Amino acid sequence: MKINRLALCGNWILERFPLAKVWEEHMTHYYAPKNFNFWYFFGSLALLVLVNQFVTGILLTMNYKPDAKLAFDSVEYIMRDVHWGWLVRYMHSTGASAFFIVIYLHMFRGLMYGSFKQPRELIWIFGMLLFVALMAEAFMGYLLPWGQMSYWGAQVIISLFSAIPVIGDDLSLWVRGDYVVSDATLNRFFAFHVISVPLVLVMLVFLHIVALHEVGSNNPDGIEIKKYKDANGIPLDGIPFHPYYTVKDVVGVAVFLVFFATVIFYMPEMGGYFLEHANFIPADPMKTPEHIAPVWYFTPFYAILRAIPDKFAGVIGMGGAIVVLFLLPWLDRNPVKSIRYRSGIYKKALLLLVISFIGLGYLGTQPATPELTLIARFLTAIYFGFFLLMPIYTRWEKTKPVPTRVTEVHSLEEQLHSLEEQLPALLEEITELKPKATSEISDPAFRSSFFRRRPNPEGIFNVMTRLGKKIKASLD
Amino acid sequence: MKLITTFLLLSTLAFGSVASESTHLQSAKIDLTDKVSLLRGAKHFVTYCLGCHSAKYMRYLRIAIDAGVDEKTVLNEIAPVGASIYDQLHSAMNKHDAEKWFGTQPPDLSLIARSRGADWLYSYLKSYYIDPSRPFGVNNTVFEDTAMPNPLWQLQGEQHAEQRKTIWGDYTQLVLNEPGKLSEKEFDLFVKDLVNFLVYVGEPVQLERQQLGKYVLLFLALFTIIAYLLKKEYWRDIH
Repeated sequence: MKINRLALCGNWILERFPLAKVWEEHMTHYYAPKNFNFWYFFGSLALLVLVNQFVTGILLTMNYKPDAKLAFDSVEYIMRDVHWGWLVRYMHSTGASAFFIVIYLHMFRGLMYGSFKQPRELIWIFGMLLFVALMAEAFMGYLLPWGQMSYWGAQVIISLFSAIPVIGDDLSLWVRGDYVVSDATLNRFFAFHVISVPLVLVMLVFLHIVALHEVGSNNPDGIEIKKYKDANGIPLDGIPFHPYYTVKDVVGVAVFLVFFATVIFYMPEMGGYFLEHANFIPADPMKTPEHIAPVWYFTPFYAILRAIPDKFAGVIGMGGAIVVLFLLPWLDRNPVKSIRYRSGIYKKALLLLVISFIGLGYLGTQPATPELTLIARFLTAIYFGFFLLMPIYTRWEKTKPVPTRVTEVHSLEEQLHSLEEQLPALLEEITELKPKATSEISDPAFRSSFFRRRPNPEGIFNVMTRLGKKIKASLD
Repeated sequence: MKLITTFLLLSTLAFGSVASESTHLQSAKIDLTDKVSLLRGAKHFVTYCLGCHSAKYMRYLRIAIDAGVDEKTVLNEIAPVGASIYDQLHSAMNKHDAEKWFGTQPPDLSLIARSRGADWLYSYLKSYYIDPSRPFGVNNTVFEDTAMPNPLWQLQGEQHAEQRKTIWGDYTQLVLNEPGKLSEKEFDLFVKDLVNFLVYVGEPVQLERQQLGKYVLLFLALFTIIAYLLKKEYWRDIH
């Protein structure tokens, strides 16, 4: 009886709300390419981190005080006197950094497999808007603990607006709500951080996914799976997102959580990168810290800002570094999507981009000495070179033939198995048998039959050369 | 390739020039699991630091709970006379006097270990030397022109700075004029206990956090295995 009632109740809802239809359309009947690899975990992980930030963030607001006199104390109150407050706070602070790690890898995946290209330009644009909103969210959230770095970081970044000609000073005053960063700034940043920007983020995530499900997911081969369908109209290389990718993403989530928990429980400050040392000193408007650096995820852009000698040009450069990303779908003139079938020049360009981005990220954390500034300028040129020269170098790329169907995927076990098979031969090559020192064996009859494995320099050299050649070949 | 090599070369040059500027710090080698050391450190803090510095986010009760001793022990052995077990470690010095005497209010030390680090504190407290040009007659090699007089001089004895020249460059060595109440080893232990306590005060939950972390990671490891087996089962028919 009871079950019948429940079923009736369920039907009552389903007749009035398209729950089953939405579920089918986006989960059980959404066909995703079957050849997703490691890089395809980061989309679902970004969603996980977003949820983590929402839940922990709401819990934090219950004890946090957005008041210049109370903010710092309230954070320490959460860390010490609120039950499990420390865990919630560390989940939120680590989550912020994790968000950027996940997002940067997610964006890099897009660059590798051409996920921004026709017909997915709009997904990329929504994604870039998400990235900008996320940066705003992180920047404003970082002011809330009201530590020295919170305060002076915000002071430096907001003062950048004043570099804009004519309206600059009034604009930065309008943003701050005061002549310096103060209680008024803290209050408005709190409002933006806990409600306005999160709403924008949620809406953009919705648009990002809706746009994705309209055209379908790209894949490591960069092939449109919708071109080859069976009699029922189902892509031959597609599999239902649920249950196949839901169970697969759970594995990704589990592995991610291992890393996430390791940071939270054993290194929540991450050597001063996730929680900066100077931020354990309460904000003091009268005392400028010797060295002001933003949190690590902003440092590549901060390094670009400092690399350019003129302040206003620096601001333009920093903004431009993000704007060029928006233009990517139109800068890349090559119709081939996946890096697997693109030419060596794109692979090398992408490698240079990664080096320059990481290099700039490192330089942004360091004091700007003349030598470092010189390197930062060089890396800034590479960064912009990747994007701005793209219309030229992608036009005469010698691409490889793109297959019509997705290529075979090797499972983790198969890869491990083939590695296991190669291992003995490899060990054989890098070591050599040498007779054991005779003095250790007392019985002369056995002396010649004892051998020891010793590293073989020649073998190691050969293996290294082969590895080098392989890496070089993979860049061609 | 040329670009990358140039970059690497340039960056090594830059790292070299930055690294040479930092002061050499001595390792504090603290041990947070040493509860007796923590209690000694708490006692030292109340005796030698609390006169000027507070640790306002810390309560006496929390020390008792975390060190595993009863409240009476903390009140009798550590807390100043008249303090309640629920009190935070407030200083008796008021802001007005502090500014008149030292030019600045002595900072709260609850989080000093998190902003400065254990090794810095350990080295700092050991690196005072006589410098008549300073208002309190002392200076510090780790924190030059520090506003704080040396609260531990009676224990350590007075030191003076000597410039030494080597082929590697000049450096300052601190030499003891006459020993204080404690021997060098005893003084090192004293400072170590104090720093140990300050690190604990910086984040009282840290030992509990690490304890809990083991179980969380164990659970996640098991969960990963189960999740992977589930995925494998589902994907059996995908080729």
